[in-house]
Amino acid sequence: MIYEKKTDWYTTSSNLNGQKRGRMTVFLGVSAGAGKTYAMLDAARERLAEGVDVVVGWVDTYGRMETEALLKGLPALARRRLVYRDKEFEEIDLNAILDRRPALVLVGNLAHNNIPGSRHTHRYQDVEELLAAGVNVYTTINIQHIETLNDIVTRITGVAVKETVPDKFLESAFQIQLVDIPPEELIQRLKDGKVYVPGQDEEALRRFYRPGNINALRELALRYTAKRVGHTLETYMEDHRIEGPWPTGDRIMVCVSPSPFSAQLIRMAKRTAEGMKAEWLAVYVETPRRFPPNEAERDLLARNLQLAVDLGAETITLTGNDIAGELLELAKKRNVSQILIGKSLHTAFWEWTRSSVADNLTHRSSGVGIYVIPNKPKPEKQKKLHFPTLRIPLINYLLPLMTMALVTILAGLVYPYVGLANVAMLLILPILFSAVKWGTGPAVAAAVVCSLTFDYFYIPPVLGFIPADLPYLLSLVVFIIVALLTGTLSGRLQQQVISSRQRETRMAALYSLSRDIAAVSEINPAMEIVARRISETTDSQVAVLLLDQSGKLELRAGASSQDFLNDSELAAAEWSFENGEIAGRGTETLSSAVGLYVPLRTEQYSQGVLGIKLESKEQRLQLEQRRLLEAFANLTSLLVTRIKLAELARESHLVAESERLRTALFDSLSHDLRTPLASIIGAVTSLLEGEGFFSPEASYDLLQTIKQGALRMNRFVGNLLDMAELESGLIRLNKDWCDIREIIGVAVRDMKDLLRDRPLRVKVSPDLPLVKVDFVVLEQVLVNLLDNAIKYSDTGSEICISASYDNKQVKITVTDNGQGIPTGDLDHVFDKFYRLKSPRQVSGTGLGLAICKGLIETHEGSIWASNNPSGGLDVSFILPLGEAVPNNPSCIYGEENNDH
Amino acid sequence: MITKGTRILVIDDEIEIRRLLKVALSGHGFDVKGAATGRDGLDDIIAFKPELVILDLGLPDLNGLEVLKNLREWSGVPVIILSVKGQENDKIFALDAGADDYVTKPFGMGELLARIRAALRHAAGTEDEPVLVFDDLTIDLARRYVTVNSREIRITPTEYELLKILALNAGKVLTHRHLIRAVWKMTYEYDTHSLRVYIGQLRRKIESDPSYPRHIITEPGVGYRLL
Repeated sequence: MIYEKKTDWYTTSSNLNGQKRGRMTVFLGVSAGAGKTYAMLDAARERLAEGVDVVVGWVDTYGRMETEALLKGLPALARRRLVYRDKEFEEIDLNAILDRRPALVLVGNLAHNNIPGSRHTHRYQDVEELLAAGVNVYTTINIQHIETLNDIVTRITGVAVKETVPDKFLESAFQIQLVDIPPEELIQRLKDGKVYVPGQDEEALRRFYRPGNINALRELALRYTAKRVGHTLETYMEDHRIEGPWPTGDRIMVCVSPSPFSAQLIRMAKRTAEGMKAEWLAVYVETPRRFPPNEAERDLLARNLQLAVDLGAETITLTGNDIAGELLELAKKRNVSQILIGKSLHTAFWEWTRSSVADNLTHRSSGVGIYVIPNKPKPEKQKKLHFPTLRIPLINYLLPLMTMALVTILAGLVYPYVGLANVAMLLILPILFSAVKWGTGPAVAAAVVCSLTFDYFYIPPVLGFIPADLPYLLSLVVFIIVALLTGTLSGRLQQQVISSRQRETRMAALYSLSRDIAAVSEINPAMEIVARRISETTDSQVAVLLLDQSGKLELRAGASSQDFLNDSELAAAEWSFENGEIAGRGTETLSSAVGLYVPLRTEQYSQGVLGIKLESKEQRLQLEQRRLLEAFANLTSLLVTRIKLAELARESHLVAESERLRTALFDSLSHDLRTPLASIIGAVTSLLEGEGFFSPEASYDLLQTIKQGALRMNRFVGNLLDMAELESGLIRLNKDWCDIREIIGVAVRDMKDLLRDRPLRVKVSPDLPLVKVDFVVLEQVLVNLLDNAIKYSDTGSEICISASYDNKQVKITVTDNGQGIPTGDLDHVFDKFYRLKSPRQVSGTGLGLAICKGLIETHEGSIWASNNPSGGLDVSFILPLGEAVPNNPSCIYGEENNDH
Repeated sequence: MITKGTRILVIDDEIEIRRLLKVALSGHGFDVKGAATGRDGLDDIIAFKPELVILDLGLPDLNGLEVLKNLREWSGVPVIILSVKGQENDKIFALDAGADDYVTKPFGMGELLARIRAALRHAAGTEDEPVLVFDDLTIDLARRYVTVNSREIRITPTEYELLKILALNAGKVLTHRHLIRAVWKMTYEYDTHSLRVYIGQLRRKIESDPSYPRHIITEPGVGYRLL
């Protein structure tokens, strides 16, 4: 029995004024005799002990000793007496209670119908009035009296109940206290005469109080209470803004088997789990059987487990001989409260000979609810699965007969020497042979023929059948048994060989596909490979349809619309994609389609559809083929996922890179623009405010400062513009024939202020040809390189520009005599905003070399940096010579003779 | 050559540039007027009658090139273009459309003054003297005779033509196209290769250091000028 623990609701309630509605506690029992009244009185006594003003309004004790003993200590109000149809009845005295206004009143048997002439027709209406008046009520009710459950109880017990209480009223109860009792105890109490139900004869009672009935009622009561608890929990969570669901710790387990019914069971488990907001497990126990499950079984099992995963279950596969034991072990470990298991309905004989897992489970479980769901086998449903059927051609029957004839002749030859028993042995041989070679059917045929032959040729009278031969029918039976056994065994073996061969083929195909796609990182070539591979393996036309940006299916590789993908085919593909199921020809869905469509999906995403037009004429897709295609589809969707994830990673890397550049740009802008501006503004304001105060020399210095600052800003802005132009791809080269010497000359002229105190050496091959480049761009490169060389080497040290060429390219190098740079940084100096972390305070934008690289690359040249042996840095670039230098106008050289 | 009060019209939409040029050029004795738009500028050319126009290529209303083409239809006033780096093609267009010279922003005042003087001198058309002198370089047009440091140099007819056209437009930038047309009579209009070769040869003959020429100055991407 469940007793209410001390609650504090009562005291809080009693402090409130009378206008506040009272609270009702309902003691819910399975049936009469469950101990509701006892529980109620017990609780009331506790309240009384706590000092609460408790009054008994109405309690039936039916003369039960324990109950009456409890009632004795409680103050009771007199009952109201009524006369109806010359009979005296007692009813609850509502007015007396209302006058007395206790804190808590006990009113038993809530479902009672009042005698006509009372204020209300039903007792629950009396209670309602009490509650409305602010009186708290303890009351009792049996599960069968709850209105909506009434029907179910009647169906279970066969006993109709007229007195009911509306659910709505019960829902208003503050608390429902379940008073549970095990069926054995209840039945014992009935036998002991402790249960009294008015108006029921003994026979009816015995019919009612059966363990099955009681258990069913218990479940009903438990469920009713559980639902209410769930509801209370929800209300509480809503009131306290707690985000659910709260783990109740309950788990439901469903046992999965390779049967079509299992899917139904899984769905049922999902519904139950949802209702209970519980987690659920789908469990399959693998037993080491004599024969492995066949292909169809394995397929179904995989499907069932996948269904469970799709519906949100955790799937577990166990291995063991004792299925029930394994299941219960896991249930205990994972705190499973309910186990759902299916059970096929078989004949009584079948039941008698072997116990089902479900029965086993029921017997051995304790504390775990076992729900056995019966299943009537539906043969027509199973027929829908298509197994490769081995059709035995007629020749397979003829050959054993011919073998038979041969052996018979042979036996006839040796019969005189070996005797009848050995001939019989000899005749078994063709049966065995036929069984192994051609299967069960031909073997049985051989057996029949064999026994007839044996009788006809060897049992006297030879060449005749007589009734006396009947005992020899035994040989026929033995022969047939031999044929059946051997045939079945070898059939199984053959089946296994075939299936393992098929598996091998499939593995090989999958392996080669996965090897092909391992290194592919682009989606289109990958899909091409997939389409080609599958096409080769299955001898079919293959189309890969993937989801495009706008969420529509788009043909990415393989067959075209001319081949088979017309609008109706696309609709089939669409269906397959949306439902995540295989569809099209050879399946049960849209089987009129020409192609077969397998969805490409991983756990998170649906990515597309694989469309296959098989060349074979068969209407039905072979299971093996289907599994292979599904494996291909799996592999393909994994591939797509991989590529997509890689793309995402690349993109996010790019975003991070551009983010870094942006930050660098802003740093650079604020630093490189503000520094010269600060010097300019400082110098200008000095001059403006200190008019006539500075000496001519000081003024000149300030003006020089302004000039330098402005020039520096100009360079920086120029760099930024160059960079922007390069990056936007807007740069247009004005390539024309140029003399490298001339470009160097102009660059040096531009830099003459900065090169003032620098020895400059220019080494140019004397016969350096003209090159077709953009003069301005190349000059810019040289200016930047010179600027760089000046910045990173000491004042007074030499700078060298050299230019040389071979028959393919021109190489130009700018060399300084500075410190060089660490080897690891050599590659990075051409990165944007990259600055050496050198102790030298060098003002630079970090753009100069990056621009050089960009400009040189627009010329299809390359640029690199290296440390030279003398310690300085070499920055070199090469430019392809490209087209041949045109012949100079002949007049040039011809003219030399006509000199003035 | 330059008389005091020579009128210069500055057409630039930026007030800072107009104010700067007004102050700086007035300081050098020029009479300067500013115009903020191309239309105002064209009106002012009629009203103010400038002897030289400084024209910004990037104007808000009319493109500087349009202003130039418009005024060239009825006026031969020397025009110096103000441009920014990267507008080499615009510069070439402007020069071919009749501009006399260009300066690139930002520019030094000394550079601008030199261009103004050269343009004014050229416009004055005083150079019908038979002998042109550029420091150590002397070109005797009548005798087709070139000396460097008073020593005669051997020079081919094409080189001479090239040098002559540069010398006659001394101080003024001549575009590649202009030079090629003038020297090769359009035969090799697009053959800058020959031009580069002849410039190189000329430099070797007349420059003391051909790597850092003092006479034949390269205007990157545009052309050459002789100083």
